[in-house]
Amino acid sequence: MSTAEEVRTDPLDVAAIKADFPLLKRVLKGHPIAYLDSAASSQKPQVVLDAMTTYYETINANVHRGVYEIAEAATNAIEAARVRVGRFIGAPNPETEVLFSKNATESLNLVARSWGGANLGPGDAVLLTQLEHHANIVPWFQLQAEKGFEIRWIPLTADAQLDLTDIDRLLDGVKLLALTAMSNVTGTLTPVRELTDKAHAAGALVCLDACQYVPHLATDVVSLGVDFAAFSGHKMLGPTGIGVLWGHEALLDAMPPFLGGGGMILNVTLDGFTPAALPAKFEAGTPPIAEAIGLHAAVDYLDGLGMEAVREHEVTLTAYAMRTLTDRFGEQLTIHGPSEPAARGGVLSMAMEGIHPHDLAQVLDEHAVCVRPGHHCAKPLMAVLGVGATARASFYVYNDTDDVDALAEALGEAAHFFSF
Amino acid sequence: MPGLEDLYREIILDHYRNPRNRGELETPPATRTEGFNPLCGDEIVVFLDVATDGTVTDIRIGGQGCSISQSSASMMSAAVKGKTIDEVKALTRAFKAMMSLHESSLDADGESGEDPLEPPAEPVKLGDLEALQGVVKFPVRIKCATLAWNTLLQGVEEATAPA
Repeated sequence: MSTAEEVRTDPLDVAAIKADFPLLKRVLKGHPIAYLDSAASSQKPQVVLDAMTTYYETINANVHRGVYEIAEAATNAIEAARVRVGRFIGAPNPETEVLFSKNATESLNLVARSWGGANLGPGDAVLLTQLEHHANIVPWFQLQAEKGFEIRWIPLTADAQLDLTDIDRLLDGVKLLALTAMSNVTGTLTPVRELTDKAHAAGALVCLDACQYVPHLATDVVSLGVDFAAFSGHKMLGPTGIGVLWGHEALLDAMPPFLGGGGMILNVTLDGFTPAALPAKFEAGTPPIAEAIGLHAAVDYLDGLGMEAVREHEVTLTAYAMRTLTDRFGEQLTIHGPSEPAARGGVLSMAMEGIHPHDLAQVLDEHAVCVRPGHHCAKPLMAVLGVGATARASFYVYNDTDDVDALAEALGEAAHFFSF
Repeated sequence: MPGLEDLYREIILDHYRNPRNRGELETPPATRTEGFNPLCGDEIVVFLDVATDGTVTDIRIGGQGCSISQSSASMMSAAVKGKTIDEVKALTRAFKAMMSLHESSLDADGESGEDPLEPPAEPVKLGDLEALQGVVKFPVRIKCATLAWNTLLQGVEEATAPA
């Protein structure tokens, strides 16, 4: 195996990291699992599972209301998680600006419904990019049907990067630019800071879908310059059922509540209600307490590795994968998106000549290689790429060159199986 | 444990490589019906010519999809051409019954697969389509196999709807 060089230059001790993840010890169909679907959901280290179990075993109680000892401990734990997650993304006021939701999709819906509902109308425009996930498209269509504003799209270049040729014209009259920081299909990293500066100069706010970015790159919402940022816990070693929305305090303060119910009110009378202050105003009902505690542990784990090292590891592994697959399959295999590993995240959307992605993934499953076939909730992007579906392999901290080699081997088997 | 050879039988791969009745028909008189598998992005287009006596005189298949959805569509097109609407509906019922998890679990238990409370359905010959039986062992792929048939049923409704 010609991987000695890559292993030596990898800033992460991946063998040690793998040992922290119980699921990665599984053997399926006689093969050690090669989990290459972290862009859909990551695996969880033991420390995250333990943190959640400890909560349930020792301080399980509803938060923000009880006065007894364990209720207070639970409240302290979720608020500590809020501050910890906020620090992870450089939030200036984590106590008030970090909102817990159920996932990034809900976070983006919150921005659309609350901010968009109060600020968008006929004559206004929202600017999206052709890279977006359905979660950053459909809420705007839903709101458009009620409010009648215009939706515009930043087009793509041939290698799936944003084409900013017409950006000044596109931004003219726009009230909000909502864009992904990294495509979940092509791995394309977008020029967030450049676009934020242009958007602000044009009088628009910026909402960032950071779902694929926060887990993989050191994130500072202040230096990115955005006004909102949404991401999910389960893609960054945390549990499912928790998402985050960060927004500027002044913006969130001025926005109406999204969901109504317990916990988000200051007062309710027979005539109406007064919403609570931030962050409670946007957290109706019992929040994801165990999940917030699990996310806290996940963020600690990631910071223990160092996000700069995480990024370097993924660029190294992505470069190795692109080289290995291109050398082996040549023209037979297309990898969508930027050809330069530094311009992308560890996401490879592949097309194998003559083999549908669904069939490809089926053969890969026989080798315990977990990739995702389909449109990846980005049908407009698939249409731009001119494909119906791709087979997507995505990397994270626990993947190594063995996983890439297993992928290459299984792709070879698939090519053989379907050879015409 | 089911293996790939249970799923990808030779006749399936043959229909995938050499799809029958691929193309379009002029609309009208033909109907054009689109079907989507929202999970994987596959889409299928069924063009259907139905004569006034209720015979499917011609059928063409468009769209894109995996080997299972494409071969199922190809075999379906060959099977329904020249049949009456009633025969097409019976064939569709028989195919979807074969694709039902319940039926296959009975088979796996070595039972007959016939519900004693229900009179046996009229015998419908599935022919080549029986090659798709192995798909049931891969539940995620059942929707791939039934996509064309659900689209066909929708097309039949449209083709026979009173003008």
